[in-house]
Amino acid sequence: MIDDDGHEAQRRLRGRNLAVLVALLAFVVLFYLVSIVKMMDQ
Amino acid sequence: MTDFALQARSAATPSLATWRDYVALLKPRVMSLVVFTALAGLVVAPGAIHPVLGLTAILCVAVGSGASGAINMWYDRDIDALMTRTRARPIPGGRVGPEDALAFGVFLAATAVVTMCLAVNWVAGALLALAILFYVFVYTVWLKRRTPQNIVIGGAAGAFPPLIGWAAVTGDIGVAPLLLFAIIFVWTPPHFWALALYRSADYRKAGVPMLPVVAGARETKRQMLIYTALLVPLAAAPAAVGVAGSAYAIGALGLGAMFLVCAVRVWREDDAASGHRAARTMFGYSIFYLFALFALMIIDRVA
Repeated sequence: MIDDDGHEAQRRLRGRNLAVLVALLAFVVLFYLVSIVKMMDQ
Repeated sequence: MTDFALQARSAATPSLATWRDYVALLKPRVMSLVVFTALAGLVVAPGAIHPVLGLTAILCVAVGSGASGAINMWYDRDIDALMTRTRARPIPGGRVGPEDALAFGVFLAATAVVTMCLAVNWVAGALLALAILFYVFVYTVWLKRRTPQNIVIGGAAGAFPPLIGWAAVTGDIGVAPLLLFAIIFVWTPPHFWALALYRSADYRKAGVPMLPVVAGARETKRQMLIYTALLVPLAAAPAAVGVAGSAYAIGALGLGAMFLVCAVRVWREDDAASGHRAARTMFGYSIFYLFALFALMIIDRVA
């Protein structure tokens, strides 16, 4: 039971790390887009 | 689940939270209304904004709203555990640690404000920061547990989004966006008190001095009628300052008349016999009303 819970927790932790990574990448992409738009405006 | 069981479980498993719990911390239903009213402010504002910057502004408002919700759930975790409506939330449910929720909220709030300032403009960023700080410190920490006027004054936090959307386009604020602010500000008391009427036992148990708990159902219904009657002409006023046209004004008056009918039904309702049926209907209609009002504003401008 404890092993099952441990595996489940590890799986969720991996999922969460992946979600954080995707969110950070999306944030970087957003900033690139904003920078491009601002440069085009100037 | 007892404290001991929670501790034993957390020793075996670092976390029981899923991504759904973190989404729940952001209060997605509240966020949807916030995003929509911010979008309306952005669309009806004079001038234009690049779609990428407009999308960024809306995203910042959404993240800022979610961050406020997460910090609110961190602060209110003790009373949330006592109320039926909120006891399954991620923190009282034992799935997210209080510190994790606080860190999540503070990080998102800072990210949203900094991004808004850098990507859009500092006025929109400052207004977003003010809305978050108002919701957390003025409403959650100061007013909510102290006065029955909690949601009246605290309602200002929820009224900021159209102002922020407007400022994202124009870089300033004027009479017209303040009118949009006033509409949500006056809409908030009847909306929340409709809920509080049929959840008053919950609020009483948690010691939250909502108006029905402190002043009783009759006084609450009287004040709901007054605010709703004020809201009807106020909601049509954007047509008078050129933000919307006459089609909007007619629609707003029609929607407002229905809202007023709901308030009158609540006023006349015998709660014991009906199980607060009219209050439940009014709460549901109030959400539809605000969506429909701002949708009308957007359609009027786009068309």
